[in-house]
Amino acid sequence: MYIAAFTWTEFAQQVVAGLRQGAVFAGLALALVIIYRSTRAINFAQGEMATFTTFICWSLMNQGLSFWAAFPIVLVIAFVGGVTIERTIIRPVENGPVITIVIVTLGLALLLNGLMSVIWGGANRPFRGPFSTRTLDVGGVPISVQDIGIVAVSFVLVALLALFFRFTKLGLGLRAAALNRDSSELVGVRVGWMLAFGWGLAAVLGAVAGMMVAPILFLDPNMMQVILLYAFAAAVLGGLDSPVGAVVGGLLLGLIITLLGRYVGFVGEALKLPTALLLILLVLLVKPNGLFGRVAVRRV
Amino acid sequence: MTALLQLDRVEARYGPVKALHGVSLEVGASELVAVLGANGAGKTTTLRAVSGTVRRTGDVIFDGAKLARRPDAAARAGIAHVPEGRGTFSELSVWENLRLGAYTRRGSVKDDAQRVFKYFPRLEERKSQQAGTLSGGEQQMLALGRAMMARPKLVLLDEPSLGLAPMLVAEIFERLERMRAEEGTAVLVVEQNAGLALAHAARAYVLEVGNVVVSGTSDELRANESVRRSYLGY
Repeated sequence: MYIAAFTWTEFAQQVVAGLRQGAVFAGLALALVIIYRSTRAINFAQGEMATFTTFICWSLMNQGLSFWAAFPIVLVIAFVGGVTIERTIIRPVENGPVITIVIVTLGLALLLNGLMSVIWGGANRPFRGPFSTRTLDVGGVPISVQDIGIVAVSFVLVALLALFFRFTKLGLGLRAAALNRDSSELVGVRVGWMLAFGWGLAAVLGAVAGMMVAPILFLDPNMMQVILLYAFAAAVLGGLDSPVGAVVGGLLLGLIITLLGRYVGFVGEALKLPTALLLILLVLLVKPNGLFGRVAVRRV
Repeated sequence: MTALLQLDRVEARYGPVKALHGVSLEVGASELVAVLGANGAGKTTTLRAVSGTVRRTGDVIFDGAKLARRPDAAARAGIAHVPEGRGTFSELSVWENLRLGAYTRRGSVKDDAQRVFKYFPRLEERKSQQAGTLSGGEQQMLALGRAMMARPKLVLLDEPSLGLAPMLVAEIFERLERMRAEEGTAVLVVEQNAGLALAHAARAYVLEVGNVVVSGTSDELRANESVRRSYLGY
């Protein structure tokens, strides 16, 4: 084991790169948390849903649309798609055991993956992103516009969501429906629609994460699979039912694996994921509900 | 007089177990009516049948129209159900709980909140506190306050005295009575403490194993030998 040569300039670059990765994890982790809070199930199709919508973006751009023209269209399609999936596929098993819902989402992942191969083929496709890869000089540190752009888009999205949940009636209804279904119905919240709305939001978050990461990774049907693993890890680290935890967990995880991969010799590229998971295991030993998770205590 | 709420031979069941065997009752506009009975008599189920949180057959007429069997439909029609255990959201703040009370209504919630704070000043002090950290009495006030936020025509209230000190219970009933008089809100209250309920209610129904066995004005029930012996204990 050795520690690589250290300069502050490079360290700053690595931190930005870590935040950029973390922002993508955070977006996807937040999507998982939103669905987990309302249905108590992990959505294994989250990655495939994100890739699918990214392919739609790719197709629109092939039709001659610019990225920013395609972006809002994709978000609307993602939202409608998420709502439709909940209403048609999840709804029938909604009151069943959690394992049933999980299996259904696994099946959905396989289905979407197959559909993508059929529609767009399995090959890697370059995806022209909205941000250039040239660098800007930020206080003497060269940082790529792409990194700054990805972090900025993710932050704006999370901030908008936070405002939505906190200050709008619909946001309050969504939170209430996730916390206590029966009481929500008694005050007139349409809980079924709230669950569908949550799936719509999760699909939008995934779409943004997919479109941000595609220029870096190349687009293929399996693009989000490893990222989804990191997003699970981030969500568990933050606490599966805490949206704040998902964001913090995602950013932390991005930073940790980037810095470990760069500075701790034996970790390198290959051992990043297992090392990150080991760290999370250690955190969970001390805080079993994650950093921000609700401790399962009930007043009786 | 046409009643605000009318139950016509309503039956309700939990799976294979029938809990109500044809209950008929009425609540007039701005009337306080009590439902009395022993544990398992079907008091809570009666309220749940009205708000549609249990499977029911038979007609529930509210405000001149048949009520759909969906809790959010009941809420939208103007029925606020304060269930057993109060149904507040312990993870949300007092203010958010109140906002949820007005969920079915459009427009500002500020004026309604001021009205609620007039009855329950304590809630204003605790506005930004998590509801789960309130005392039992304060939570009951929050549950009532949240019900008021909806400007309901009828409040269904399940065991407001449960787990509260007798003084607090008297206070809750006193506010309830004031609310009824000033706001014209009808109340259908289920209560174990029959003496207290009869002291405030205009009329009452006594349930036994899912059937109404006695009904009448509070004075009539207090004068009824069997009611007195079974429920008032003297």
